[in-house]
Amino acid sequence: MAGESGKIDPMYQFKIEPLAQLQLGGYDVSFTNSSLFMVLVLGALWVFMAGGMKREMVPGRWQMAVEGATGFINNMLTANVGPEGKKYVPLVFSLFMFILMANFMGMMPFGIVPGVHPFTITSHLTVTAVLALFSFGTVLVVGFWKHGLHFFSLFVPHGTPWWLLWLIPVIELFSFMIRPFSLALRLFVAMTAGHIMMKVLAGFVINGLNAEAAWVPLIVSFPAFLLMIGITLLELLVCAIQAYVFALLTSLYINDAVNLH
Amino acid sequence: MPQISQILETYASQFFWLLIVFGLIYFTVSRVMLPKVEATMDARNRKIADDLAAAEHARAEANNLGDSGAADLTAARTAAQAKSAAAKVKAATDADARLAKADAEISAKIAAADADLAKATANALAGIEAVAAEAAADIVAKVSGAKVTSAQATKAVKAVMSHG
Repeated sequence: MAGESGKIDPMYQFKIEPLAQLQLGGYDVSFTNSSLFMVLVLGALWVFMAGGMKREMVPGRWQMAVEGATGFINNMLTANVGPEGKKYVPLVFSLFMFILMANFMGMMPFGIVPGVHPFTITSHLTVTAVLALFSFGTVLVVGFWKHGLHFFSLFVPHGTPWWLLWLIPVIELFSFMIRPFSLALRLFVAMTAGHIMMKVLAGFVINGLNAEAAWVPLIVSFPAFLLMIGITLLELLVCAIQAYVFALLTSLYINDAVNLH
Repeated sequence: MPQISQILETYASQFFWLLIVFGLIYFTVSRVMLPKVEATMDARNRKIADDLAAAEHARAEANNLGDSGAADLTAARTAAQAKSAAAKVKAATDADARLAKADAEISAKIAAADADLAKATANALAGIEAVAAEAAADIVAKVSGAKVTSAQATKAVKAVMSHG
């Protein structure tokens, strides 16, 4: 966390460090701290889901939580896409749970162990871009599979006046093509900005405590610490909201592909 | 910003591990575990719906039973009322008949008693005449010393009594 000069670098938390070198077909696919946290997310998700597999008629707390998560995604797709939306529950559930767990895993206080620091997978553009491509690719495949070339009618909304036919499809096409970028950038920016802010505030607290003047901890560190608590809670909220937004937008886009407006 | 400055060195590793992990999530969690959780939820929802339907059915049945029970009750009450009315009528006629018979018996007894009484009165009157005639003859004999025949005495007594 601390740079050589004793300064706190808020960007250091995003640095990817290889843990085990690995080459595959000329590409560097080393197992990094990012990969480690992906595997941690996978393990946490397995544990979470396994706890909900008791399949009791009267569910316990854990089963209730798992059923709440699956029912949430199920309802989202049924409400936005209709009965056909059931087919896309596995994809949206995977995206939602992966993003949610990754966001929360990045907020875990692993930093209390010296030398360890949590890593937020979803604060990396490479990851969010791939997730957005899963979402966008599904929309494209489903749209062309179900409707063929008729899928292009998505760009001409109902009730478009004939004299606007030269403009509306261009705008619609542009808004359609921008979707994967907005999906990827929204998640990446939200997680990155939130984590930078937390590190900067934490830096205020620590640097204030280390200051020589006695008034600095009281004036700087203490208010910054209070703010830090609030910002941390807010960041936890953002973690859930971003996962929700990603899943919701994906289900809305799938609705476009399935029902063509 | 490491996300951008490191992108060329790390993109292959990021893609590779993300595909592995996300593929595992999709094919194990969402394709295997998720349907089981949903099957449990569906089974529960179906059971709740079935139970509710059964309860609704039982309620309808109970309502029917209650209706027919009320009808039975009304019929039984009507029958009982008819029976009690008939019994009342019969009891009244019986009582009238008995009363009439008793009246007749009592009237006969009264008539007989009246006849006895009249006879006894006549006897007594007759006795009184004889006694009075005798007494009159005795009184006449003591007072005047004249002998009066019983026929004369009786005649005189009869004349007094009829006046008297």
